[in-house]
Amino acid sequence: MKITESATENRLKTLFERKQENILNIYFTAGHPQLEDTAKIITALEKSGVDLVEVGMPYSDPLADGPTIQNSGAIALKNGMTLDILFQQLETVRQTSNIPMILMGYYNQVIQYGEITFFDRCQQIGIDGLILPDLPIEIYERDYKHLFEARNLRSTFLITPQTSVERIRRINALSSGFVYMVSSSSITGAKKGISEKQIAYFNKIKELNLDKPRLIGFGISDRETFSTACRFANGAIIGSAFIRLLENNLKDEVGEERQLKIEKIINDLVSNLKP
Amino acid sequence: MNYAINEEGFYGEFGGAYIPEMLHSNIERLRLNYLDIINKPNFQKAFKSLLKDYVGRPTPLYLAKSLSEKYGCTIFLKREDLNHTGAHKINNTIGQILLAKELGKTRIIAETGAGQHGVATATACALMGLECIVYMGAIDIERQAPNVSRMKMLGAKVVPALSGSQTLKDATNEAIRDWINNPEDTFYIIGSVVGPHPYPDMVARFQAIISEEMLWQLEEATGQNYPDKIVACVGGGSNAAGAFYHYLNDERVELVAVEAAGHGIHSGESAATSVLGTKGIIHGSRTLLMQTKDGQIIEPYSISAGLDYPGIGPLHAHLIDTGRATAIAITDEEALDAAFMLAQIEGIIPALETAHAFAALDKMKIEKSDCIVVNLSGRGDKDLGTYIKRMK
Repeated sequence: MKITESATENRLKTLFERKQENILNIYFTAGHPQLEDTAKIITALEKSGVDLVEVGMPYSDPLADGPTIQNSGAIALKNGMTLDILFQQLETVRQTSNIPMILMGYYNQVIQYGEITFFDRCQQIGIDGLILPDLPIEIYERDYKHLFEARNLRSTFLITPQTSVERIRRINALSSGFVYMVSSSSITGAKKGISEKQIAYFNKIKELNLDKPRLIGFGISDRETFSTACRFANGAIIGSAFIRLLENNLKDEVGEERQLKIEKIINDLVSNLKP
Repeated sequence: MNYAINEEGFYGEFGGAYIPEMLHSNIERLRLNYLDIINKPNFQKAFKSLLKDYVGRPTPLYLAKSLSEKYGCTIFLKREDLNHTGAHKINNTIGQILLAKELGKTRIIAETGAGQHGVATATACALMGLECIVYMGAIDIERQAPNVSRMKMLGAKVVPALSGSQTLKDATNEAIRDWINNPEDTFYIIGSVVGPHPYPDMVARFQAIISEEMLWQLEEATGQNYPDKIVACVGGGSNAAGAFYHYLNDERVELVAVEAAGHGIHSGESAATSVLGTKGIIHGSRTLLMQTKDGQIIEPYSISAGLDYPGIGPLHAHLIDTGRATAIAITDEEALDAAFMLAQIEGIIPALETAHAFAALDKMKIEKSDCIVVNLSGRGDKDLGTYIKRMK
């Protein structure tokens, strides 16, 4: 596949122009289960038709995440993952991959790398957007919005059942990528199934007629939760459930065999999500 | 210079609230209401009355004659160890639990390192009839066993934090996650001047009773309402914040913050944040913390569970960064020696945390005319296991 690189093209934007329903976003932690799995996983996700990949930058103290993601991050760090290594891996995979790719991590990682350096590197590699859940929108708007825009990086902020309508509108306005709807009051990977209370919240948000795409995440793990989420939003995000699949099914395969195994895990997941 | 917090919740460049959206509504509600609630006459009346009759305040300001003689100056001990539950921590938990009740919360969560804040929270919950869940690092549960039993006897549920270094930092992460999962009925009582705004300011205000009493106690004892130096240990820094509070803008008073150097500042096993730390974000606050160049938080080490924290409250980061406070780092060995010294010359067994503050006297430049207050933040019953090992 040949990539056409243009300064104005953003794969996230193109995706949402092309597709408004059943968008599948898969999150995984870079460098987990093994350091060199990052590119294998991204390649396989693209091949199986996943719309969007959210690459987790492993962090020692991920406050918004549950045990599954925290544990995967700890393993990735133990495997030796650093931001420099991750950027190299993504740069390489970008040579042959055109899937929309966003980075998810914590604000402190960006500060320590140096904000400008970090954003420049993202642009250079062809990262399409960033999610930093602990970056306050007020600080984003004041200090970073223009830096994102200058580098064609899309921003995504979270809303929860506790977020007021007024704040939702503000978050919508500041989210140039999509609005990340946290499905319930929880950390990632915590809840099972979707309750009536959650449906009421999904409906409430749907009726706000926000002008940005909405993806629902947290607690999306199978066909039922995915299709329910897609009834109320443009798509959904699967994270912890995918990480568990990798952990449970990958052993110490190497090389081509490992690549094929990862492809099989992802193909099974994706075909299971289809109605 | 003004060292108080500004309208946006910052001390200089430190502080703020860097929190995921899941915490926003609770923190925002607290931010908008905490000052109004705390300043209400009824709240103050209830708070002060419990501090007096239940906690046992005012705590004495004791002129330590032998210690004064040893160091050739005048040394007073602010006896926070004589508070109910044995440390300063209860000043804050009484304040926060009254605030939680005002906000209509019914379930209380807390993190604890040495177990002193956990015990103080469990005590306040028992007093007020509220459910209490305390997160405590699995390693700390082992090394502070008596406090775990106390919490349980008080009716609290103690949940081990099994992630990371299994100490105070991880207990704090787990407590924050609990609050994310239970945003409606739950209030998080943070035990130190750390976390997102308004916690550092709120906790400092509740601990400020320490220096509020020092003002009149010093006046009574010496005819002058300020000392030359105040010495306090700093993990997150709540006892130091309380002891410094009313003297922050009084530059006649030298503020000494004593950190844990573990096996030595540069041994790789230390919690000397002001030396080893760089600017960054931990637990929702911009402050000094021990981290890698990639921003991964480094596991700290100290013999003292209460000082075993990789960050420092944003107020202290500001005081140290601006030179208003001096930081001194004390090793495990030096702290242990100081605990035995104090026990033997003053008949007071201090907590291991507090022992660090006493060890700092050896490293300070002291004039004969100096009047020094050491904040005796807690008593050493909980550390007997460690002290007994030392005697063998």
